[in-house]
Amino acid sequence: MRPWGSSHTPRDRLCAPSTADGESSVTVDKVTDADIPTVRVLDADGRFAPNPAAEEYLPLIEALPDGELEQLYRDMVAIRAIDTQATNLQRQGQLALWPPSRGQEAAQVGSARAARPQDTIFPSYREHAVTRIRGVDPVDIIKLMRGTSNGGWDPTDPRNGNTRIYTLVLGSQTLHATGLAMGLVFDGKCGSGDVDRDQAVMVYYGDGASSQGDVHEAMVFAASYQTPEVFFLQNNHWAISVPVSTQSRVPLVQRGTGYGIESIRVDGNDVLASWAVTRRALDEARTGRGPRAIEAVTYRMGAHTTSDDPTKYRGSDEEREWALRDPIARMRAYLEHRGAAGSFFADVESEAADAAEDLRVRTLELGSPTAEAIFDNVYSDPHPLMAEQKAWQAQYEASFQEGDR
Amino acid sequence: MTTVDTTTENRIETMPFSKALNAGLRKAMEDDPRVLLMGEDIGALGGVFRVTEHLQRDFGPQRVLDTPLAESGIVGTAIGLAMGGFRPVIEIQFDGFVFPAFDQITTQLAKITARHEGRVSMPIVIRIPYGGHIGAVEHHQESPETYFAHTPGLRVVSPSTPNDAYWMIQEAIASNDPVIFLEPKSRYWPKGEVDLAAPALPLHASRVVRRGSDVTLVGHGAMVSTLLQAAALAEAEGTSCEVVDLRSLSPVDYGPILDSVRSTGRMVYAQEAPGFVSLGSEIAATVMERAFYALEAPVLRVSAYDTPFPPAKLESTYLPDPDRILEAVDRSLAY
Repeated sequence: MRPWGSSHTPRDRLCAPSTADGESSVTVDKVTDADIPTVRVLDADGRFAPNPAAEEYLPLIEALPDGELEQLYRDMVAIRAIDTQATNLQRQGQLALWPPSRGQEAAQVGSARAARPQDTIFPSYREHAVTRIRGVDPVDIIKLMRGTSNGGWDPTDPRNGNTRIYTLVLGSQTLHATGLAMGLVFDGKCGSGDVDRDQAVMVYYGDGASSQGDVHEAMVFAASYQTPEVFFLQNNHWAISVPVSTQSRVPLVQRGTGYGIESIRVDGNDVLASWAVTRRALDEARTGRGPRAIEAVTYRMGAHTTSDDPTKYRGSDEEREWALRDPIARMRAYLEHRGAAGSFFADVESEAADAAEDLRVRTLELGSPTAEAIFDNVYSDPHPLMAEQKAWQAQYEASFQEGDR
Repeated sequence: MTTVDTTTENRIETMPFSKALNAGLRKAMEDDPRVLLMGEDIGALGGVFRVTEHLQRDFGPQRVLDTPLAESGIVGTAIGLAMGGFRPVIEIQFDGFVFPAFDQITTQLAKITARHEGRVSMPIVIRIPYGGHIGAVEHHQESPETYFAHTPGLRVVSPSTPNDAYWMIQEAIASNDPVIFLEPKSRYWPKGEVDLAAPALPLHASRVVRRGSDVTLVGHGAMVSTLLQAAALAEAEGTSCEVVDLRSLSPVDYGPILDSVRSTGRMVYAQEAPGFVSLGSEIAATVMERAFYALEAPVLRVSAYDTPFPPAKLESTYLPDPDRILEAVDRSLAY
């Protein structure tokens, strides 16, 4: 196996010329960790081998109890099983769409477990691990993808851990997160220095979304109002079919710096590094040190969504290469090195299989919304046109029943 | 026995529309500490039309925010603030500058309550100075109301008098839904009486502003004063026009319009916006659906031409004036 530190990172492709047939070319301009520090704790074989950029995070990681380390692994395995189940459900015609999270488990689990209960999370639309960790029932995501709801869950319900609903218009949620974080500043809900009380906001987006103007404006506002906020960018290398090199000619981590936002790049397939970097960034942000940006370098191992066909735009070599950096295998190896029992892994697999089966059962049990749902919540206050059209629709439906008699 | 509050009995003051808005904003901010203002140059400067003058001085920079110069950013962060329990009131500097925020308004703001099945409200007001007659450069005289009226989830209103400006801004801020608040900028300076004691009408009511018997004239915003001028000229020629101020563009209060049309049998709608797929189109269609047998003539529309707003030296040719309205009145009467 190629040593992790010199294998190709997103920067590798940035200067790579496209081949004549449009196939993505491989590494040309290798950039090492010395050029762009990337926090990494576990090597590709799962050995505890922190690189220099990771050193400052070691006290945080070393303080993690065994139970929490195991939980990180448990979360990743569970969400992969759930994600695989949902992908299958879509293939079987049960969902309109599913955006697989396969390959991004470490970035998502590490960052989500780093957030504190009082934090608010703004996902994009692939953060299945993040939402589940915060308390959202995966079947609520299914509701959106199956067409029984346009939202899925109630972010104001404490069971959902202050997790806002998915956003499909890319980058929009970065502004909502920044606005909410501005409100925390105005309300004095951050900046006291007490990490258990100060609130923070974390917003997820991707390398494709990073090109959206809203992300730019969100960073401008965040820097201007010094929001208690972490921008968590999962660079999974592909915006459907377009490589990250089309989105940016500099490493995306440098974007944040340009706004005056302290920015950190992390190996997004290393769950420990992802956890530590996010934990520190959130705590710095919440205690009044301003917004932070994280670029988690990861890889979308599956399709963009179930409507996508990656074989049309990327090579199998690349996919094989990234498969060797599977975040779950790495953490498993690490736990094995630490002496985790075989029964632990068997239990985790079994729990994950149960969760996936449970999701299938409950997906198939989901009913359809009734027609009133079209009209009832378009406005919060009474609205004459909604009342009129709802009444008309009801009498129209009723007219068929009368005809049957 | 009804108690009369004598302290509010004689609280009628004469002021320009812009000052009435300022007073209404001030009142709303005093009444509810969660109301905050956001916009470009609305702080020390008081906005390019001075509508927010002295409000930052009196309420502080965390309640009157001079934001970065980015309209999508303003609306997008206002959404986040509303999620946090604030009631943001946004000033878009000019009509033509609302479009960078169009995505956040239409794909996000308008749909958030529905997407949350009613569990999240979006009490955000977006104030937009709009319309022509001020001789300004391009992108500063437009009438974008149709885009917003067409978008489910938004409410759209436009006051035409200082009294309505004072009350409707407060009612819009009190609304739990997003309100696009269109301020006819050619009406910012004329003065009118404001009754500080009580509002005359709810936010979404239309209103007969002149009684007449031959033709019903309907319009919104600055066009209401043009319709009143036309009605005065018509009267001199022996034609009695009733004038209805739409006030609310979404939802539309059809009651007073239909009552009037059933009485006159004729209707002309006038607007500064291009006529193709416009408020006037929608209202004409609805009046024909609901008052068909009362009509003596087709409902006619007088609109701006279906072109971009021309250079300002041509605005009096482009925008409907009393003569063009009277031409339509004559055509209606000829049926």
